[in-house]
Amino acid sequence: MADETEIKSSTPRYADASLVQARFASAIEEITEALGEVTVIAKREGLVELMTFLRDEPSLRFNYLSDIGGLDLGEFATPRFAVAYQLYSIEHNHRLRVKVFVDEDDAVLPTMWGVWKTSNWLEREIFDMFGVSFDGHPDLRRILMPADYEGHPLRKDFPIKGY
Amino acid sequence: MLRKPDPLSDTQMTVSMGPQHPSTHGVLRLELVLDGETVIRAIPDIGYLHTGIEKTMEKEKWQQVVTVTCRMDYLNSSGNDLGYVLAVEKLMGIEVPKRVQDIRVLLTELNRITSHLVWFGTHAMDIGAMTAFFYAFTQREKGLDLFECVSGARLHQSYFVVGGVRWDLPPNFIDLMTDFLDGFPAFLDECKRLVTGNKIFQRRTKGVGVITKEAAIDWALSGPTIRGSGVNWDIRKTEPYSGYDTYDFNVPVYHDGDVWSRYLVRMDEMEESWKICKQAVERLREPGPYMADHPKLKLPERDLMKKHIDVMIHHFLLASEGFTVPVGEVYQSIESARGEIGFYVVSDGGERPYRVRVRAPSYVNLSALPAMVEGSLIADVVAVIGSIDIVLGDVDR
Repeated sequence: MADETEIKSSTPRYADASLVQARFASAIEEITEALGEVTVIAKREGLVELMTFLRDEPSLRFNYLSDIGGLDLGEFATPRFAVAYQLYSIEHNHRLRVKVFVDEDDAVLPTMWGVWKTSNWLEREIFDMFGVSFDGHPDLRRILMPADYEGHPLRKDFPIKGY
Repeated sequence: MLRKPDPLSDTQMTVSMGPQHPSTHGVLRLELVLDGETVIRAIPDIGYLHTGIEKTMEKEKWQQVVTVTCRMDYLNSSGNDLGYVLAVEKLMGIEVPKRVQDIRVLLTELNRITSHLVWFGTHAMDIGAMTAFFYAFTQREKGLDLFECVSGARLHQSYFVVGGVRWDLPPNFIDLMTDFLDGFPAFLDECKRLVTGNKIFQRRTKGVGVITKEAAIDWALSGPTIRGSGVNWDIRKTEPYSGYDTYDFNVPVYHDGDVWSRYLVRMDEMEESWKICKQAVERLREPGPYMADHPKLKLPERDLMKKHIDVMIHHFLLASEGFTVPVGEVYQSIESARGEIGFYVVSDGGERPYRVRVRAPSYVNLSALPAMVEGSLIADVVAVIGSIDIVLGDVDR
């Protein structure tokens, strides 16, 4: 039968990231807060450990990876790409964004496949659209564009029409 | 890239299901490695409907993007528009009037009903119950007439804009909406009598395509698909937006994680949406503003324009150049008919979005399809695809 237990209603809130800051000082560049949303800017080294901690720590429990979004800062920017992980905890009903920057000539990130299964297709999409590859991914192929396609459509130097 | 079956096996073969298969609801192609009728591996192949919507958004002005968002998930376009406009309003720090929130809730819930009706009709048809399709589509057409009455378009309404809605509700809309809502419970009962009690339908759906609660969270399923696995999570309740916390409704949850549970969740959800619509209609009987009173968003009054040159210039610039949005980034997610649709919007302070990343619920839900169908029969694949209710426009964007 339908389970109609009432859920505690609250506005969208972001987790307190101070715990991670102390514990992963070497893997985190800074923690910013804007418009009520907390962003942890992390380094590529130690990212998997950081994410695993975020998932398993009882007071955080980010067991739900909502999204991974790629961002191209333009062909003259260093580092050029940013990848933003939107984490959510069904248990605690809070969110957190983890952002990592990578250079164009070394656009590799570790895969999150071992942490959240859903990262499989989300990482493939970023590989397809931005050309950022994911080390250790079980099946890193293009997903939306044809397999023999050249170029990465969501890069800023990719024209909107007439490629 | 067709995967070869195991060369040592003389019983395995690879079958390509789709992209022109009626049960794939669009242009989904599945590579199925079969042993007899049992699915050994399933590999979804998508991208046939990829139209680069995220790229297109970067060249449209902030206000124009709503004409593209509704074309992603074309069965639930109000939900997409709502997610986007809420994200931009958060970036700009705009509070919309209470009445705008109610209009948005009303149309989003009406859209959830019409979207679930398409699912109901096609899902039953995939399993072999042809009649339900005609009932569902007749009723859906009445709902689409209401959208046409409001916005002029049946599917791609683009009625929600940043700061409010495009224009006020037509004077006869509330009466038409009330008529629709009055007839809806009887219709829903008829649907339930037609399909829910059907022994063949139950045999085809119970225990099929099971995904456990833990796996559903790991695969980040959302919407009715995760609530069929016993996870009581609905963004309308947990992170209320657009005034959902002021409405009285329940979140149906079923625990078996199979096609049947997901079916029951959606059938109950239509009833809950109907309840929300009833409450919203009552609140909308009084006239009121339909746009936030913000100089960047609201076009100046016609009378003032004729008298003052600066108002005229303001109108001209607003209509031709659009407005700018402060530098920043937000992630706004809402509960669409299919699950969590998230908009990660980045602004560089210009008059166009720097980047709009869309977390599409169909895309993420479809990625778990292999986990649901591997090991089951090929006929069940059709039932499972129907039960996760994908829209390929949403998957491929």
